[in-house]
Amino acid sequence: MTITRNPARSDRAGAGAAHSRARTWPGSATGVAVRVLALGLIVGIALWAAAPLVSSGDWTGMAITAVATGIALWAYLTPRRLPAKYLLPTTFLLVAFQVFPVLYTMSLALTNTGDGHLGTKSEAITAIETSSVRREAGSAEFRLTVAEKDGALVFLLADPAKRAAYAGTEDGLREIGGASLGPGGRITAAEGYTVLTAAQASARSAEITALAVPVKGGAIRSQGLTRAYQGRAALAYKAGCDCVSGDGKIWRSDEEQGRFVAEDGSALPQGWKVGVGLSNLGAALTNPKINAHFAGVFVWNLFYAIAVVALTAALGLAAALVLHHPRMRGVRAYRTLIVLPYAMPAFAMLLVWRDMFNTDFGLINRMLGLHTDWLGTPFTARLSVLLVQLWLGFPYMFLVATGALQTIPREYMEAAEVDGASPWQRFRKVTLPLLLLALAPLLVSSFAFNFNNFNGIFLVTSGGPFPSDNPTVGATDLLITYTFRLAFGQQGAQYGLAAAMSIYVYLIVAVISIIGFRRTRAFKEVT
Amino acid sequence: MRRTFGALAPRPAPRLVSGLALGLAACLALTACGGSGGSAGGDTATGKASSAAPAENAEAATLTIWADQKRSETLKPFADAFAKENGVKADVVVVAQNQQQTFVTASQAGKGPDVLVGAHDWIGNLVQNGLIDPIQMTQDQLDGYVDVARKAVTYDGQVYGVPYAVENLALYRNTDLAPEAPKTFDELVATGAKLKAAGKVKEIVGYPISQQDGQSGDTYHMYPLYTSGGGHLFGTKPNGDPDPADLGVGTPESIAAFEKVAEFGEKGAGALKRSFTSDNSAALFADGKTAFMVSGPWRLADVRTAGVKYDVTPVPGFKGGDPARSFVGVQAFFVASKGKNKALAQEFVTNTLASAEVSQALFDAEPRMPALKSALAYASAKDPDVAKFEAAAENGVPLPAIPQMVAVWGPFNTLIHAVVKGENVGPAVKAAGKAIAEQLGQNG
Repeated sequence: MTITRNPARSDRAGAGAAHSRARTWPGSATGVAVRVLALGLIVGIALWAAAPLVSSGDWTGMAITAVATGIALWAYLTPRRLPAKYLLPTTFLLVAFQVFPVLYTMSLALTNTGDGHLGTKSEAITAIETSSVRREAGSAEFRLTVAEKDGALVFLLADPAKRAAYAGTEDGLREIGGASLGPGGRITAAEGYTVLTAAQASARSAEITALAVPVKGGAIRSQGLTRAYQGRAALAYKAGCDCVSGDGKIWRSDEEQGRFVAEDGSALPQGWKVGVGLSNLGAALTNPKINAHFAGVFVWNLFYAIAVVALTAALGLAAALVLHHPRMRGVRAYRTLIVLPYAMPAFAMLLVWRDMFNTDFGLINRMLGLHTDWLGTPFTARLSVLLVQLWLGFPYMFLVATGALQTIPREYMEAAEVDGASPWQRFRKVTLPLLLLALAPLLVSSFAFNFNNFNGIFLVTSGGPFPSDNPTVGATDLLITYTFRLAFGQQGAQYGLAAAMSIYVYLIVAVISIIGFRRTRAFKEVT
Repeated sequence: MRRTFGALAPRPAPRLVSGLALGLAACLALTACGGSGGSAGGDTATGKASSAAPAENAEAATLTIWADQKRSETLKPFADAFAKENGVKADVVVVAQNQQQTFVTASQAGKGPDVLVGAHDWIGNLVQNGLIDPIQMTQDQLDGYVDVARKAVTYDGQVYGVPYAVENLALYRNTDLAPEAPKTFDELVATGAKLKAAGKVKEIVGYPISQQDGQSGDTYHMYPLYTSGGGHLFGTKPNGDPDPADLGVGTPESIAAFEKVAEFGEKGAGALKRSFTSDNSAALFADGKTAFMVSGPWRLADVRTAGVKYDVTPVPGFKGGDPARSFVGVQAFFVASKGKNKALAQEFVTNTLASAEVSQALFDAEPRMPALKSALAYASAKDPDVAKFEAAAENGVPLPAIPQMVAVWGPFNTLIHAVVKGENVGPAVKAAGKAIAEQLGQNG
């Protein structure tokens, strides 16, 4: 492939024996078919993605799709560009699943997004006005018929109490004569108006909801397709003062908080999303409620991650060494048994363990005849979560160690034996360094995973037990479960704050992992 | 662990087959790019939805209804009939888990339903997110509902949902073991302790103290005892809504209430224990291992299947205490603000779903007390237990629907555990009160 220096036009130029190496598609007919199919799929998916993007006018999305497809075709429509063929899918996946989420999280951290602040300001205003519409006490209950006149929507309203019929439009209400009433008191026909069928009316649902017929002291609005009521919006937005007024109060727009606030400090519940700059990131550092327990949680978090890695690695390695012994019998059966915890869904297993730790009804206490409050005291709860994670995690270490052991040449051992090394020395000086070479990067990534092992804690102890004088931080809380409770437990979901916290957790894990990987290189130098 | 393993899986060998693998990977990446592009433009999508609406009107509108499994099955025929009558399509979608959050997320992305079936305590959060519309019912219509249901769906003076069912806690009693209904909680514990001493039962009472996770207390189930001891969560505003400015946790009354609870806790009479959850209490009761259980109508089916002879009475209060008030949860239909067919949705909710037939059908599917008086009469005639739960609801209060309730759950749940465990009550209650107040303060 390195010889292809000729420009792309040469393979369009047709057959030429001299360049056939570069132009001929290698492989069988099946190979060609597979390629055609794969390329077709790429194009097909591009078209499938394009249709909704075009119809919603999302040109940014469209441009991304077009560029991505273009690059894919550029790379795969030729037998050359081998590196690109491999780099492309990984790059795509990297952008889609790593770069984009990270950027999105960061942008989210700069806003106040959360319950009560999900939409735009205009959406909030609509919601405020809509939810303030109150039915006038004792007003007429109209029977509604939806009709049209010259294409414009008209409400034909019958007032059963007054036995009167009206036509209501955006301009107002006027009484009409010659309307015939059907069963239920609704107008079935009126001169000059075309009554819409249910299906026709349904199709104009949005217009029907929007139509308010102005009358003295309010407006008549529809409630569904067959009823209408007279009501008044208690609150109204005025663009001039950028405020909402009504009920003798004025709520002014506060662009920093993203909500309407009155003089007395009370706010309307419906807010909107605004940028808050670095205040979420700052809150994590300066807000005493958030950072007061940081140190304690961090120390336990670090201990938990290290302990889980050390315990799982030790047990996994020990099991692997035992089964690796040449005189061991029934290795296959043991291996299957050991891998079993790994093969079961962790989610369900964590819940099963949680129930096994129950003081009165749990399997552990009943089997051992104990009455230990496993998850109720800090020490036992910490022991329990470590135990559970050890059980879940060691098969993975066992698998990896088994594989690594088989790559260590027997001659090393024999040579050490000839030199008179004891079994412990052989393990310590030969097996372990070679094993760690393979295992060290996995230990670091296992550490990073366990540092954020949300399920392992949340499903078993939910971070508890909590000290009685402080219900915000529990004995087994990791940073991630602690921040989860802070961000989602208080005022509903606060996505902005959660994003800011996760950035910090990410930074911590990144720093520790980088240090870890540096150490890994140190192992390499030993060999 | 699992994740690291997946991430480090060896790449397939670069051979002929890899052409396909690469192609697929590229396709995956492309769809992911398309998806991410779409969500990046999500902000603008909602704005455009309204302008695109007239184009969609050309085809028949589809009324989308979100409900849980059981409700979906019952509502499907009604939705289909309504759709046929109005010349539209109806789509009943089962949303089995996490319905409120799913609804919030989907609505925000413009993919939400027109009608939502859910619990009334979602109202506060859905209103602050601007996702449900008030429902304008006449006084006559409103009068058709039992008081507690009407109150529950009224928020800030507006009715936001059409209620269909009411559920609340009551005391289940095994009549073989305990023929007499206890008048007070003290009497209940005395009876239970006697039975336990005689070896007839294993536990004094199946009172769910813990949530299913076993690690935090259960505010919902604790509330009757807490109120009987004189405690309250929030004061009441003149319009009937709970007042977040008046927090009742941390007050001397709340400490007194929890002192009472502690008397029956693990270091007291041993009747209330953290190991009890709703599930294992029900299992104990069904096996006859306890004579009493505090639970709601959702356990009726289990208890009947188990064949235990039972009776249902209100949850008794402490001796000389206030009445035990259980939280009343009301199930309701909501009209989504961001639905595409609001007029249609209102029509369906206020006329079809508000009808007695629908209430009765829902009752037949699951024996929860109907909110509509006429359907309640039907249900009472059919099932004697309905009237018993109705009696138990008499002192009940609607579960607060205000969004500030979110601040209460966590600290209060932890507090329940501390008290039942036998920790010092005063400081624990004050700490919980402080934690709740701090969180409420953060809201401004």
